[in-house]
Amino acid sequence: MQQDAPSVSAWPKAPRSAAAVEADRIRCVETEVIIIGGGGAGTSAALHLALRGVSVILLERGLVGSQATGSNYGGVRQQGRHPAGIPLAIKSRAIWARLPELTDTDAEFDPCGHLKLARTEAEEQSLLDWNATAAEYGLRPRMIGRNAIRDLHPYFSDTVIAGSLMEEDGTANPRLLAPALARAAKAAGASIREHHAVTAMAHDGALFHVTANGQDFRAPWLLNCAGFWGGQVAASFGEAVPIAALHPNMLVTEPLPYFLRNSLGVVGGDLYLRQIPRGNVIFGGGHGEGDEDALSTRPTPQASFGAMQRAIAVLPGLRDAMIIRSWTGTDGQMPDKFPVIGASHTTPGLLHAFGLCGEGFQTGPGIGAVLSELVMDGRTDVPLDAFDIGRFRVQDAAA
Amino acid sequence: MTVTRLVDQDRPALSFTVDGLEIVGKQGDTLLTAMLAGGLTYVRTSEFGDGGRAGFCWMGACQDCWVLVEGSGIRRACTTLAKPGMKVIRR
Amino acid sequence: MKTVVVVGAGPAGIRAVEQLVRSGLRPIWIDEAPDGGGRVTQRPPAGFTRDAAALYGADAGRAKRLHATLDAMKPRTDWRPDTLVWNIRPETRTLQTLTGGSEQGEVSYDALILCTGAVDRVVPFPGWTMPGVTTLGGAQVALKSQGVGIGVSPVLIGSGPLLILTALQYIKAGAKPALVLDTTHFLQKFWETSGLLWNTPTFLRGVMMDFRLRLSGVQYVEDATPIAIEGDSAVTAVRWRDTGWKEHVTPCDAVALGWGLKPESQLADLAGVPFDYDTKQQNWVPRRDSAGRTAVPGLFLAGDGAGIGGAEVAELAGARAALALLADNHLPSDAALTVHLDTRLRTEARFRAALDRAFPYPAKLAAKMADEVSVCRCEVISAGELRAAAAADAPEMNRAKAFSRVGMGRCQGRLCGPPAAEVLADALGVKVDQVGRLRGQPPVKPIPVQ
Repeated sequence: MQQDAPSVSAWPKAPRSAAAVEADRIRCVETEVIIIGGGGAGTSAALHLALRGVSVILLERGLVGSQATGSNYGGVRQQGRHPAGIPLAIKSRAIWARLPELTDTDAEFDPCGHLKLARTEAEEQSLLDWNATAAEYGLRPRMIGRNAIRDLHPYFSDTVIAGSLMEEDGTANPRLLAPALARAAKAAGASIREHHAVTAMAHDGALFHVTANGQDFRAPWLLNCAGFWGGQVAASFGEAVPIAALHPNMLVTEPLPYFLRNSLGVVGGDLYLRQIPRGNVIFGGGHGEGDEDALSTRPTPQASFGAMQRAIAVLPGLRDAMIIRSWTGTDGQMPDKFPVIGASHTTPGLLHAFGLCGEGFQTGPGIGAVLSELVMDGRTDVPLDAFDIGRFRVQDAAA
Repeated sequence: MTVTRLVDQDRPALSFTVDGLEIVGKQGDTLLTAMLAGGLTYVRTSEFGDGGRAGFCWMGACQDCWVLVEGSGIRRACTTLAKPGMKVIRR
Repeated sequence: MKTVVVVGAGPAGIRAVEQLVRSGLRPIWIDEAPDGGGRVTQRPPAGFTRDAAALYGADAGRAKRLHATLDAMKPRTDWRPDTLVWNIRPETRTLQTLTGGSEQGEVSYDALILCTGAVDRVVPFPGWTMPGVTTLGGAQVALKSQGVGIGVSPVLIGSGPLLILTALQYIKAGAKPALVLDTTHFLQKFWETSGLLWNTPTFLRGVMMDFRLRLSGVQYVEDATPIAIEGDSAVTAVRWRDTGWKEHVTPCDAVALGWGLKPESQLADLAGVPFDYDTKQQNWVPRRDSAGRTAVPGLFLAGDGAGIGGAEVAELAGARAALALLADNHLPSDAALTVHLDTRLRTEARFRAALDRAFPYPAKLAAKMADEVSVCRCEVISAGELRAAAAADAPEMNRAKAFSRVGMGRCQGRLCGPPAAEVLADALGVKVDQVGRLRGQPPVKPIPVQ
């Protein structure tokens, strides 16, 4: 057994009644940190904690990266973030750059640049405004004006009048991130328990007791990285939040001749589109549907047709290209579009990082690092005030 | 040349072009039949560097015979009948 | 009952529609082909002149009866040919359709019978993506519906009745196969003879075909193993190994290969029908009762798309599913016919079980394919890349797809799914059903950006 591996002990220990004997049969695993949810944030937290020598167990209902982390667009984008989220995005971007040394793979991360497009003068102005804000944080977005955009991107329709390019933004393969982080975490000593759906959780004043896959786990720290289902975790500790399911509707074309280096977005966010070097164009916009209890999601034809039309409006050359697959997944969306990240207000040792509002693929690796800092250092340099779970209680009180 | 007209070939000829090259087929031919029996050795090129493809299942399942038909879009050669004057482009 | 939809106009769909119309319904009837007819009894386009006997041989009578019903039913239904159903939403009971390759549509249903047929099951080996290589079914379609051969001197590789039938059809058309390579041992077929007697006429026809092939002078080898298809940009030869492990090279100008069939069950999958692994068929099949009912409200399955039974069984199953639909909705249905069909279907199931044992899918051949073989021909992903995915902790097919891109291309794993599962299971050291199956995603076939 590895030094950092969790120890196994009988629980509860005494008295040895018939019930206790029965309870003994069920082994309990003790550890320092329990993480619920194997998305980008959870697997990154497992890795960062394990790298600092902390005993950690990650409980994942299915396979790691099965939900939002594995099914999203794959944008690694600081571009367009709300100012409150820029420091976290910057921290995460630095980890993306270090992915090969952390995980032995780059998860196909390619800093191909993210180009956000304006279709009206008002949209152009919003790009200029954001660029000014971003500069305050040390980011260097570059405005591409009306003439330049036509020269650089002759395939755009006249609808596009300007763009803002973040050169160090890029894309990655969503299917690879969480498995890569989980593998690295495992190698660093973390225990990654897939097919471990949590069926019960409680806090006894000192320790968390979590039951998953018929087994009990006990730890002083619990990290809620359960995506949309993080709302249920929070609620079970008396912190219900108004979370909604988000199902980004995604499409991919057959391989087309490679023409588009940048990942594209539009002001307003109703279209995002990129081409991978193999040629497939991946795009989304609009929402699919899902059954969060049955863990099933499906794209909707309405959303797919809407995205197709918006894609053609920007890139007329895409007309008649063949769509070969579509999909969606389940993310959590908060009413103010900010994630919930930080310490619980009800339960000591409980840290939340869920409801990532469609931005978790880029921020997940950074969130994991932030959580590890909160556990080990009791602080982090990344301002989290806007993400505090208490903001919903304040709203309730005001209402 | 592999695909060969064997039986039931007493049908009127029709002509269309593939990449600008004239191909003579027969009424009732699918594009796949007409192209391969008309002397072409492939109907599309694999995007991943392993050469030409000439369909596989002939029944609309394997998706390995897509061609561009000007004015109609991308069509499966095995389930699309050749029509006189069609302009086909191999991709 | 407001709207009944039947998808597919092959043997199952035709017989299903027939019963629905008999009961006074006017179903919406959707088929991808311009004229219906399915695969086994596919009709050539207008202009071809061969009669049914020339086209369908021993199946001519059945084909003619099916076509007569097909033509009689079209005007009594809302007939929608040249229409692909590319998505199903069971919650709203709607289908997304694409007509003529470009016109999008939506069809609502109260009850739906899917008769979506099957496709050849293949084993990839070196050279299989080259021009000149087709499925056995493809070689048949070429001859039957187009009057062309895939070559004049093809090598046919596989196992099962379709292998021998295709060989005889090519001999008759004047394209004598250079070699017929059967991967099954003669004794394996022989031992299953008693079970094959459950359908005596079909069995006897099979024996007759076997004799005719043996007497034709065509080289027919059994218990042999294909090694590679040779050629640069066109097929020139097949390299293979005989039962004594001696290597041979047979020159040829085309190759057809196939080992039985695999259900085209993508729509049932999208509808949420649970699937089970059928160890006899070595296929994942959508779960349905003996009449074709599924756990999805209003959804029935019939024909090869619901599990391989062949064209004759598809006719019975199509009629049976329609009768179940009618009975479930308290509409008039033929009770006597229902009893008759149930007995026939049970008997045929025993025949099919023996047939599956006689002509197994060569799982080991697939599992052990060389690292450099493209297991996924759409994405050109090698077996070695798939094995690397297994090593990177892919315990099941969808994770292996996520890591390796196997099954991510235009055909969505229709062809590579079964052999890829064998490769993955072998690499992981588990049984093939333990690695699961590739989940379907809409569209079940490509649709244009519009």
